[in-house]
Amino acid sequence: MIFSKKIMDASFYLIQFLNGIQYGFLLFLVAAGLTLVFGIMGIINLAHGSFYMIGAYLAFWLTNLTGNFLIGVALAIPVTIGIGYLVERTTFSRLYSRGHLHQVLLTYALILIFDELQLILWGNDFHGIDVPEFLSGAIQLTDILSYPTYRLFISAICIVLAFMMYWVIQKTKLGMMIRAGASNREMVQILGIDVQRLFAIIFSLGVALAALAGMLAAPVTSVYPGMGENILIISFVVAVIGGIGSIKGAFVGALLVGLVDIYGKTLFPELASILVYALMVVVLLWRPQGLFGTAA
Amino acid sequence: MSIQPHKSRTIISIVLLCLIPFFTANAAKVKIGILLPYTGTYAKLGTHIRDALMLRIEQNKNTLGGREVEYISVDSEMNVPKSTSRINKLVKKDKVDFLVGPVHSGIGINMARLVKKSGTITIVPNAGANQITGTHCAPNIFRTSFTSWQLAYPMGGVMRKAGHKRVVMMYWNYTFGRQTKAAFAESFSASNEEVIDIPTPFPKAEFQSYFTKIATLHPDAVFAFYSGGGAVQFVKDYAASGLKDAIPLYSTFLTEGTAKAQGSAADGIVSILHYSRDLDNEANQRLKRTFKAKTGEDVDIFAVQGYDTGSLLVQAMDAVAGDTFHKKALIQAMESVVIDSPRGPFTFSKAHNPIQTIYLRQTTKGENKIIGVAAKNVEDPATGCQM
Repeated sequence: MIFSKKIMDASFYLIQFLNGIQYGFLLFLVAAGLTLVFGIMGIINLAHGSFYMIGAYLAFWLTNLTGNFLIGVALAIPVTIGIGYLVERTTFSRLYSRGHLHQVLLTYALILIFDELQLILWGNDFHGIDVPEFLSGAIQLTDILSYPTYRLFISAICIVLAFMMYWVIQKTKLGMMIRAGASNREMVQILGIDVQRLFAIIFSLGVALAALAGMLAAPVTSVYPGMGENILIISFVVAVIGGIGSIKGAFVGALLVGLVDIYGKTLFPELASILVYALMVVVLLWRPQGLFGTAA
Repeated sequence: MSIQPHKSRTIISIVLLCLIPFFTANAAKVKIGILLPYTGTYAKLGTHIRDALMLRIEQNKNTLGGREVEYISVDSEMNVPKSTSRINKLVKKDKVDFLVGPVHSGIGINMARLVKKSGTITIVPNAGANQITGTHCAPNIFRTSFTSWQLAYPMGGVMRKAGHKRVVMMYWNYTFGRQTKAAFAESFSASNEEVIDIPTPFPKAEFQSYFTKIATLHPDAVFAFYSGGGAVQFVKDYAASGLKDAIPLYSTFLTEGTAKAQGSAADGIVSILHYSRDLDNEANQRLKRTFKAKTGEDVDIFAVQGYDTGSLLVQAMDAVAGDTFHKKALIQAMESVVIDSPRGPFTFSKAHNPIQTIYLRQTTKGENKIIGVAAKNVEDPATGCQM
C-alpha cells in the first residue's frame, strides 16, 4: 500500500515535469522573439503579446475555413511574417533613433489597435479549436490519468524550432550578422551590412515566432480577447531572467519559469502567483545581466 | 421708437422656445448607466446582459414610465482599481438615474460601497458576492441575479446524497470563487466529509497541472466553479486528461452558455443554477424567441438576468409613472414588484436579492436539462445586512 503510494507520488512529479517543460517550450517561442528584437534592435516591444493573439486568431479562422488545423497553421505562418514586415516598415523603422519612451508609446498604441481590430474581425466570443484526429488522442499514464498527445506534439515542434534557431544563428551568414548586430551594431553598419534589411528580417521572424506560439497554444488555451497580455508579461520575465538578447538564455529561462510555475501552482498554491517573480528577483540579485546576458 | 408688433411676437416666441426644456424637465430622458465587461474572459456575459436589458426596454417601446431612455455604457474591463473612477463618472458627471452592473464581484463590492454614499439606484445584474446584499446592503441597491451562497449551499446536500465523502473544490481565486467554496464547505461537511481546496488564479485557464494533482488525490468527486472562456477550457481539458470517466464533475456556471462550445466533453456534468433553457414557461419562450431574433445568440442565465433587470425597471417605473425624483416611492415600487422572469416568477427579499428556486441540471448534447430541484425558494441569509 505504502509502496503504491510512493509510485503514485513519483508519477505525479514526472507528469508535472512534462507539464512544466511543455509550458516552458511555448514561453520560449514567445520570449525568443522578444529577446531578439530587444537585444539587437534595442526596441521594447509591448505589442509582442498581440502577435501571439493574432497567431491564435488566424489559426482559429483559417482552421475553420480549411477544416484542418495543420493546413490552417501552415497558411497562417506566411501571413504573420507579412504582418511583421509591414508593421516594422511602417512604424518601428521610424523610431530606431528615438528613445525608449517613444517606442513604449508606439507599441502600447499597437496593442490597442490590434485589440480593436480583433474585436471588429472576430468579436468578443471565446473559441475552441479542434486538433486533427491523429493528435486528439491521449496516452494513458496512470490508472485514471492520461496525457493529451497534442501537448507532446507542441513540445516536439518547439524542440525542432529551438534546434533550427540554434543552427540559423550559429551556422549561417544571417546568424552571423544577427550575432554581430547584437554585440556591436555600429560596427556591423560600418562594415557595410544593410542593417535596415537585417532589422526587418529579425522583426518579422520575432513576430512569426510569437504568432506560431499562439497558433500552437490555441487548442489548449482556447482563443479569446486579451489573451496576449498575460503572455507578454511572463515573456518579459523570461527574457530578463535569461539575459536580454540571448536566445540560449531565453531557452533556459523559459524552462525554469515553466517548471517553477507548474510545481509552484500545485505544491504551494498560496504562493503560486508570486513564485515566478521571486525567481526573477533572485536571478537578478545574483546576476543583474541575467543568466546568459552580457554585462552592459 | 416702438417695436413693431409682429417683431415683438417673434422675440417672445423665441424666448418661449428657449424655455421649453425647463418646463418639461420631468419629461427628460431616463439615463441608465451600464458598467459591464465587453472584453476579456467575461465579454460574452456582459454583452448578453446588456443586449437582453435593452431588448426588454425595447419591448416597452423604448420607454420607462412614459419617458424615453438614454444609455451610457462603459466597458468595465473587469478592472477593479479602475472601476472607482468609472463608477464615479457615471454617478457624478453623467448623473444617471439608474446604474446597472457589474459582472465581476470585486467591482460589485466597490460599486455597492460607492453608490451607498451617492444614493444612486443601482441594479446588479450578475455579481454574486454575498456582501452586495449583505454587509453593504442599502435601500438603493437591488440585485436581479444570485448570491454565491444561493448557488453553492444547495450543492452540499446534493453531493452528500450522492454518497460522496471526499470532494475536491476547484475555483477561480477571487471573491465569488472563495465565497462559493465557503458556502459549499459549510453545507457539505456535515460529519466526516472532507473538502480539498484547489484555488486557481483568475482569469487563467491553464488547468493541466491541477488535474495531475487531482489524479493523485483521487477524490470521490470534483465540484468546480468557472465561467465564460475559462469554463470551456476547463471542461475540455478535464475530459482530455481522462479524469471525466473516473471522477464525476459537479459544477455551478461551468456549462452555462458554454455547453455548445464544450461539445461532448460536457456530457454528463451535473450543475446547479437558478435557470435552465428548457424551463417551460411563457416568459422563457418569449425571451428565447426575441433574443435569438435580435442577437442571433442563444439565451443563457446572463441574458435572463439582464432581461429581468429590464423588467424591474419597466414595472417599477410604470408604478410611479416615470417619477425618478421621489426616490423613496420608486424604491418602494421596486421592492414590491413580482418579476415575471424566464426562470419563473420571483420577488425580492428584504435585502433586495431574488428569492428563487435552484435547479439541478445535467448536460446532454450541448443542453443543460433539468433533472430535479436542488432547493426551492432559496433566500440568501443576507449576513450582516442592516437596513
